[in-house]
Amino acid sequence: MRFGVVVFPGSNCDHDAWYAITHNAGQQAEFIWHDSLDLPSHLDAVILPGGFSYGDYLRCGAIARFSPVMSAVKRFAAEGGLVLGICNGFQVLVEAGLLPGALVRNKGLKFACRSTPLRIETTRSPFTSEGSKGQVIHLPVAHGEGCYVADERTLDRLEAEDRILFRYLDNPNGSMRDIAGILNEGRNVMGMMPHPERATEPLMGCTDGLVVLQSVAQFAGCVAS
Amino acid sequence: MSAFSDEIIAVHQLTGGEYQKIVSLLGREPTYTELGIFSVMWSEHCSYKSSRLHLKKLPTRGKLVLQGPGENAGIIDIGDDYAIAFKIESHNHPSFIEPFQGAATGVGGILRDIFTMGARPIAVMDALRFGPLDVPRNRRILEGVVSGISHYGNCFGVPTVGGECVFEPCYNGNPLVNVFALGIFKKDEIFYGKAEGIGNPVIYVGAKTGRDGIHGATMASGEFTEESKQKRPNVQVGDPFMEKLLLEACLEAMKTGAIVGIQDMGAAGLTCSTCEMGSRAGTGVEIDLKLVPQREVGMTPYEIMLSESQERMLLVAEKGREDEVFQVFRKWGLDAVTVGVVTGDGILRVKNHGKVVAEIPNRDLADEAPLYDRPHTKPYRPAPYEAPPLPDRTGHLKTDLIALLSSADICSKRWIWEQYDYTVRTNTVAGPGTDAAIIRIKETGTSIAMSLDGNARFCLLNPREGSKLIVAECCRNLSTVGALPVAATNNLNFGNPERPEIMAQLVESIEGIAEACAFFETPITGGNVSLYNETLGEGIFPSPVMGIVGLLKTAQPLPMHFQNSGRTIILLGGLGRCDAIRFGGTQYAKVIMKGLWGLPPALDMDYEKRVHAAIRQIVAEGTAESAHDVSDGGLAVALAECCFGPLNTGASIDLDSELRPEFLLFHEGPSRILVSTADPERIFHIAAEKGVQAVSIGVTLKGRLRITNRSMTWVDSELTALRECWQASLEHLLHQS
Repeated sequence: MRFGVVVFPGSNCDHDAWYAITHNAGQQAEFIWHDSLDLPSHLDAVILPGGFSYGDYLRCGAIARFSPVMSAVKRFAAEGGLVLGICNGFQVLVEAGLLPGALVRNKGLKFACRSTPLRIETTRSPFTSEGSKGQVIHLPVAHGEGCYVADERTLDRLEAEDRILFRYLDNPNGSMRDIAGILNEGRNVMGMMPHPERATEPLMGCTDGLVVLQSVAQFAGCVAS
Repeated sequence: MSAFSDEIIAVHQLTGGEYQKIVSLLGREPTYTELGIFSVMWSEHCSYKSSRLHLKKLPTRGKLVLQGPGENAGIIDIGDDYAIAFKIESHNHPSFIEPFQGAATGVGGILRDIFTMGARPIAVMDALRFGPLDVPRNRRILEGVVSGISHYGNCFGVPTVGGECVFEPCYNGNPLVNVFALGIFKKDEIFYGKAEGIGNPVIYVGAKTGRDGIHGATMASGEFTEESKQKRPNVQVGDPFMEKLLLEACLEAMKTGAIVGIQDMGAAGLTCSTCEMGSRAGTGVEIDLKLVPQREVGMTPYEIMLSESQERMLLVAEKGREDEVFQVFRKWGLDAVTVGVVTGDGILRVKNHGKVVAEIPNRDLADEAPLYDRPHTKPYRPAPYEAPPLPDRTGHLKTDLIALLSSADICSKRWIWEQYDYTVRTNTVAGPGTDAAIIRIKETGTSIAMSLDGNARFCLLNPREGSKLIVAECCRNLSTVGALPVAATNNLNFGNPERPEIMAQLVESIEGIAEACAFFETPITGGNVSLYNETLGEGIFPSPVMGIVGLLKTAQPLPMHFQNSGRTIILLGGLGRCDAIRFGGTQYAKVIMKGLWGLPPALDMDYEKRVHAAIRQIVAEGTAESAHDVSDGGLAVALAECCFGPLNTGASIDLDSELRPEFLLFHEGPSRILVSTADPERIFHIAAEKGVQAVSIGVTLKGRLRITNRSMTWVDSELTALRECWQASLEHLLHQS
């Protein structure tokens, strides 16, 4: 299958995502420049990678939402295409209105880089189908503004609709209800603060992130041999 | 009668003699702009006028060295057609005035030094020195510096993979922020800062020029006084997003083949980049300032030439191919404009709207800077030789161990390094908190190990021996993770070189580094000298910092922590020797006895080198389950650190020694590495082959650390109690009221 990895000015996990997909998950990937008006038609999934898009000026992801490629990503999502927002990509997706809620400054007010245990809360998604419900995985987090907030109604609804993908066991940023990753209503757009691409081979210290990439490949009908 | 008053000349930190030299080089009085240009280029920071004579003593050649000192960074061949560029640089003075921006732009500056050569930065480390944390201002400085490094490095997307942080009252008014960066490129893609090819366009790229940082280089070349705090506008403001764009645009533009030479605008900004690029190529550079992108209106030529605005580069392109370069910079949304041309007359000619405002031979600026053989006497040494009376501590060894583990120098620095993104780029095989950081190179099967180290207490007691110990420790760190040390960079942080006893510290330290780097075969490929680290006449301890890199085959790293229970613990290198004199520089002397005396530990470099060879063979063969070097806090602290792993595996140690207990447990003699293994015989064999001692001192076990000597129990504790003190201490120290 083929992933498109969006490159905003200031993206800095774009190559990491590309490397994890092509070298560790056995799939194909290409970069999509931020001023592209359309996505290539052969893409099965789009990743908005981590980093500091447009310097994260104003607010994380606040400028990236206006970049030309985001209109294309919205259309792609509306047609059922898979969209993964990782870290800054998650921030862009909430700013763009593709996911509910907001990501604000970590509770401790400091950037936090560490390996964090997460629980897979649902496997009814193209992003976690290869995992098992309740399974604990370890992924690195590296962010200063990853505290997920939303009003009570939104949070209740996310829970009621089984749209919480991952929860922190050791909440590093003060996220409400320990939320680390969520789905949209259509279950084809996801955002998560932890970095699955940073845990895809033993040299990175952990391979737990592969479950996300493999689930997407499974969904697209392309399982690495 | 000169064109400028003595005050004006003094403000530019030029001596009367230096001013006369300018007049005789030019054959006339300088203009005001020229005076400014000379003052920054001839500042201590840019010209190394006090240290150059002695820096020549450093070994700079080696079979892997592709580029030694003199360029923006040194370059080492790592095989498979790849090379690494690396260097360390200080940003001490700005970090005291404005900790956040001072440290952030320190990171920015060294990153540009790396990518201006064509290398993509893949790792940063930092060596930090602060005054004690019971002073509120020092806590604010530390918090500002750490968040500045975090802000810049994280946004830029380079992992900060390690470093060190030490506290001493001498850094109260003068913290040290030394940043090391390393980048990777192909051997045939190296770029140099040379303005070659007469008629080629000189192109300015990156951020616009503002009034920030004017005279930063001269500020960094003077002592601090009360007025220094008023110099805040001298500190530049960094924009890591701009730097990230500049990185990507520069690397992409280099691929067009249209770039002839390129140099970043760091200290002394446009002045330094123009005259150095011209001087290296033996050419002249002519620019017109009206073409320079400016952030503010009404800037004078003097201000434009001396501005230290960040995130700017100067490059020379092949004539007729400018558009290829412009296209790349446009893609990244950056300014790129032709501001001048390479000429054949060797002169830096600065025009402002066509009118010449400065005309100076490049060589006079870059190569004719004053060179001083400053007088040096005996190194300043405000410490007694004799040891104070040593009380019997036999009943208090566990308390002492806990005090050391909780001390600011030894305790876990997790609070600091968790603010740094150390996993971005997915190459970090070993990150912060280990003996040496390891970054794998995805394109080849090689990994790079790197270690930063300094020990100003040792250097105060004896700058020469202390400096050798630092080199030895760095090489030991690298060897402990299985890497062969290959090259070094150094940051020489000292006080006022015009004081002969301070100059003596610098000279002795350089000579010690030279001797040790030659012996350990780690040539110096570049570095930085930071002098005048004094505030209100109070100098810092002599504080050289070494950054040494090593090479190893990419593999799963050997943990520093004990793994399985029931393994034999071996002290490779032996228990070492110590007496009261050699104990005076230790952490025990500092934390428990509140003193500093005597001499640093004795170093036998030949023995040390054999220990390194032994541990590298042990690691390569996979004979060890863990390895950790013994350094600050000595054997007991190293043992505790080995116990603080995720598996909670501790140790039962049984020693057999006549040494005083505090000497045995806490002396900091070099050449020692703790190893745990299931195959002790093999390790004894390797040690014997290399001619070094290997002493079996105990076994690993779950959850406890017990240390006995001749059946007397000295320490016996649950690991959790020890670990908590060590882990939580820095945060407690930072949040005391």
